Amino acid sequence: MLRRPFFWIIALVIAAFAVLPSIGNNVELRESLVLAAVYITLASNLNIMLGYTGYINFGSIVFFGLGGYICIWLVYAHSWPLAASLLAAGVGVSFLALIFGLGILRLRGAFFALSTIGIVEGVQAFAENFTPWGGSSGIYISPQVFQPLGGSAQALWVIYFLLIAVMGASLYLSYAIKTSKFGLGLLAIGQNEDAAAILGVPTPRYKALAYSASAFLPAIAGGLYFFKGAFIQPSDAFDLTLSTEAIVICMLGGQGTVAGVALGAYLYEELRGYLLTSSTFANFQLTIAGVLLLLIVLFFPSGLMGFLYSRFPRLKRVLE
Amino acid sequence: MLGILASIIDGVLVGLVYGLAAMGLTLIWGVMDVINLTHGAMIVAGMMALYLLANALGISPYLTLPPVLIGGFFVGVALYWIAIHRMVGRPPLMSLLSTFSVNLILIGVGTAVWGTALFNVEVSLPGITVGRYTFPGAHILAAVLAAVIAALLYVFLHYTRTGKAMRAVANNREAAELVGIPTTRVLAISVGVGVALAGVSGMLIGTLFPFTILSGDGYQLKGFIVTVLGGFGNPVGALLGGVALGLLEGMVTPFVPVSWTLVIEFALFVLVLIAFPGGIFASRRGAL
Repeated sequence: MLRRPFFWIIALVIAAFAVLPSIGNNVELRESLVLAAVYITLASNLNIMLGYTGYINFGSIVFFGLGGYICIWLVYAHSWPLAASLLAAGVGVSFLALIFGLGILRLRGAFFALSTIGIVEGVQAFAENFTPWGGSSGIYISPQVFQPLGGSAQALWVIYFLLIAVMGASLYLSYAIKTSKFGLGLLAIGQNEDAAAILGVPTPRYKALAYSASAFLPAIAGGLYFFKGAFIQPSDAFDLTLSTEAIVICMLGGQGTVAGVALGAYLYEELRGYLLTSSTFANFQLTIAGVLLLLIVLFFPSGLMGFLYSRFPRLKRVLE
Repeated sequence: MLGILASIIDGVLVGLVYGLAAMGLTLIWGVMDVINLTHGAMIVAGMMALYLLANALGISPYLTLPPVLIGGFFVGVALYWIAIHRMVGRPPLMSLLSTFSVNLILIGVGTAVWGTALFNVEVSLPGITVGRYTFPGAHILAAVLAAVIAALLYVFLHYTRTGKAMRAVANNREAAELVGIPTTRVLAISVGVGVALAGVSGMLIGTLFPFTILSGDGYQLKGFIVTVLGGFGNPVGALLGGVALGLLEGMVTPFVPVSWTLVIEFALFVLVLIAFPGGIFASRRGAL
């Protein structure tokens, strides 16, 4: 793997994310890169389901929000250190995803997609009614928790670097899965599930594993993201906008490609930044995401990477 | 005990309206294997049409039914040409995404124009009182209207040329094309009818409960649950599924907080899909 150029391209991207805002303590750039890192994390992990196996997960936000909740709750109610809480969030959400996945992944195609919508509703209703998690008003944590990380200003940097690490891990995870035998099985499921099963791919187990694997890093990212804001509530944690945007990013960059998703995330982040500051479009963010998605689905189903591959076929060897 | 019975009867009345919403969904699914994720937005469109027509023009809420039905049909035909035509016969992933994006556009415009305020349409109808319990007149009338429209749909599907063509296309599109049925036009009409049903059910729900622009998602999910209970692609089953869901809601509401209802229904959705992949009231695939 170390001899593949793409491995080093990912390393370069991560280094750029880590170094650029550090130059001159550029907090503004850091905050916009936080969002880009969250997008890349969510979209890369969604891509494991959507791009490789062809199963649409409309509720990828559940992993993010649930991870946030578990992490914040452990820090707030049990005074766990951040690292342990993050790990617990990742492992816990992954485990839940495995259990749920074994159930709902027996549903094929569209039925699976429908049940992921239901999971969002279910988990949100749980968070709104579960008293230890503060019900619909959520959990606030005091800024005191930033003390072990060296005060709030330094803590924000620590969180940022951790988030970049999670983003990098997401890119490497999708890359590693894609080049592995496991990934080959997933891609086979995406092409034709019956044929894959006949050829000996253990489809139910592979799908559940992919679903669970795609839950781990978003959960940690959610923990970091909400820890950074020191506040979590159901409407933010399970905001469907974010899972929608993850789908748009996957399709924009090119489903099933690792580089495309990162590229899509960056482009979408830029577009969104422009839309939010423009007075005409500020209220129409979802609408524009919808128009973008519709155009991609109708006319460019293979996304940006598909376009680049068809123009420059050699690129296929370098960018996965 | 009588209280629970009353709650169950009321649940069945509302369930008929859910059944109507699900009929639109299952019709589109049955004819072209496309899951229409704009259904929720179309239900809300029906609600907003009810609110705007009834409040701005001051006409009776029930007189908005014909314009919603006709308008819904044309919106549906437009939806077919914009988002579905190119997706028919392609992997289900693509039609899910294309209808999902239209849903985003509609909800996005809706929230930008009306915000997420709560709308309420006043309906004053005398209810029927049995002992200490009163069944609201609006619930009874909505259930009756839903049943009438469902019956009309049945007649349309079984006794008109277009309806028969729709059933033929649902059964086997290529064979239908071979015997000279203009399949593309039939598909467009099917989406039109499906969306018209969504709009009318939204309009009827609007006379029962207050709503916001975002209410559609919940009703869409209920629509899927009903569809799954009744069997995909089976409109009559959908009506029965609606009644079953209403029955369940009626039994559950007295004991459980409202926000859990949808979760229980959703758990049922997954369980039914795993246990009866064809739906409980399913007769045979492509029965329509």
